[in-house]
Amino acid sequence: MNWIIEQLGILSKIFYFLIQVVHWTIIISILAYLIALVCGLVFGVARIANNRFIRWLAGAYINVLRGVPLLVLIFFFYFGLGKIINLDRLVAGVLAVGVCYGAYMAEIFRSGIEAIDYGQHEAAMSLGMTRWQTLRHIILPQSFRIVVPPAANEFIACLKDSSLVSIIGLRELTRAGREYANQYFLDFQTWLVVGLIYLILTLSLTRLVKVLEKKFAVHGYGVIKK
Amino acid sequence: MMVVIKNLVCRFGNITALDGLSLDIDKGEVLCIIGPSGSGKSTLLRCLNALEDFQEGEISIDGFKIDRRHKEIHRIRLEIGMVFQNFNLFPHLNVLENVNLAQRVVRRRSLAEATFISRKLLRKVDLEDKIDAFPGQLSGGQKQRVAIARALAMNPRIMLFDEVTSALDPEMTGEVLAVMKQLAHEGMTMLVVTHEIAFAREVANRVIFIDEGRIVEQGNPEQVLNNPHNQRTRDFLGKVL
Repeated sequence: MNWIIEQLGILSKIFYFLIQVVHWTIIISILAYLIALVCGLVFGVARIANNRFIRWLAGAYINVLRGVPLLVLIFFFYFGLGKIINLDRLVAGVLAVGVCYGAYMAEIFRSGIEAIDYGQHEAAMSLGMTRWQTLRHIILPQSFRIVVPPAANEFIACLKDSSLVSIIGLRELTRAGREYANQYFLDFQTWLVVGLIYLILTLSLTRLVKVLEKKFAVHGYGVIKK
Repeated sequence: MMVVIKNLVCRFGNITALDGLSLDIDKGEVLCIIGPSGSGKSTLLRCLNALEDFQEGEISIDGFKIDRRHKEIHRIRLEIGMVFQNFNLFPHLNVLENVNLAQRVVRRRSLAEATFISRKLLRKVDLEDKIDAFPGQLSGGQKQRVAIARALAMNPRIMLFDEVTSALDPEMTGEVLAVMKQLAHEGMTMLVVTHEIAFAREVANRVIFIDEGRIVEQGNPEQVLNNPHNQRTRDFLGKVL
């Protein structure tokens, strides 16, 4: 009994220590995801552009960034680019995660756009809309609905992969966990709590996604869950 | 002459959908196009609206040349209304927004003006009470009437109807044809690809029978539908009537 109380005390102490840096994990993930959203939308649309060069450029971006390990990208942005143009840890880390996830998001957006029936393009064009107007008013709003679940998935993955930036010394959840474990030799308890905090974050996100999916639901389209 | 089509040839790979077709259409004319499936009827309509590329020939509408690659082709398209077999309503917008959208972004009408016009047209197709409904909540016939209102809202000079009742129950076919009949009486220039022979007989000024990408026979409904000269027209009518 005493042992249990003692252990709970240790765990809560660790939890209190870690919760003070958890906002950095959240900030890094959100900033990186915002970059990923913008990159994803721009390159996803570019992938289906009329211009062959633009299409090629988007394809190159996606294939290169998807094909390189995120850890290597983080090293490249911080130690490589960072040395040349003087990027600080946060900027380099966020950029690396952001452009990497942008490549995945681009493919998600492209598939969302291509999932829309071609009749929608034709109807919009027959009303005199330009390609851009069609995309903006007809195709993208419908694509967003399709894209919400996989895009949210990417955010959860992005949040987890934000732990990789601990390697360049950004003091977020994982980094702080390592410090604590090294200092007090409480590896088992520390990593247990770190994992638990990540789990709390991702599970709350999952709930949020459910709400979003409901908000984007359209009558007579898919199943509207009660 | 409002629409002039000269020697139109349209191919898809090895298949020749339109094979040197020529046709003139007058303002206010209601032209029904009949023919077996795969004969090129729909392709003809789609070429008129530059939704399909053609390899040879020429189309002009009120003097505008139709060229799919022209940068300003959307300006010409908005003068041509089109109604599709599968409705193609915008599922994420309600009925009013479906009719409003292109008026707002293409014709640059204010919300009040667009809504006024939409309401007037929705009343005309007897759907004013469905203004807040989404397409997914409507029957096929209702969807198609919204699609007609949506096309009319752009004040097109000509309306193209591409087998608009083929996806509908017989019950609902009637309500859509009634709207089209009314339009014809108001003097709209209409090109109607249809299998509704009775409609063609009653409403059309001219009926053309197309087979293998060519006009086989044309004339007033009486001639083409009741006393066809060509054997192929007779065979076709024998099957559908």
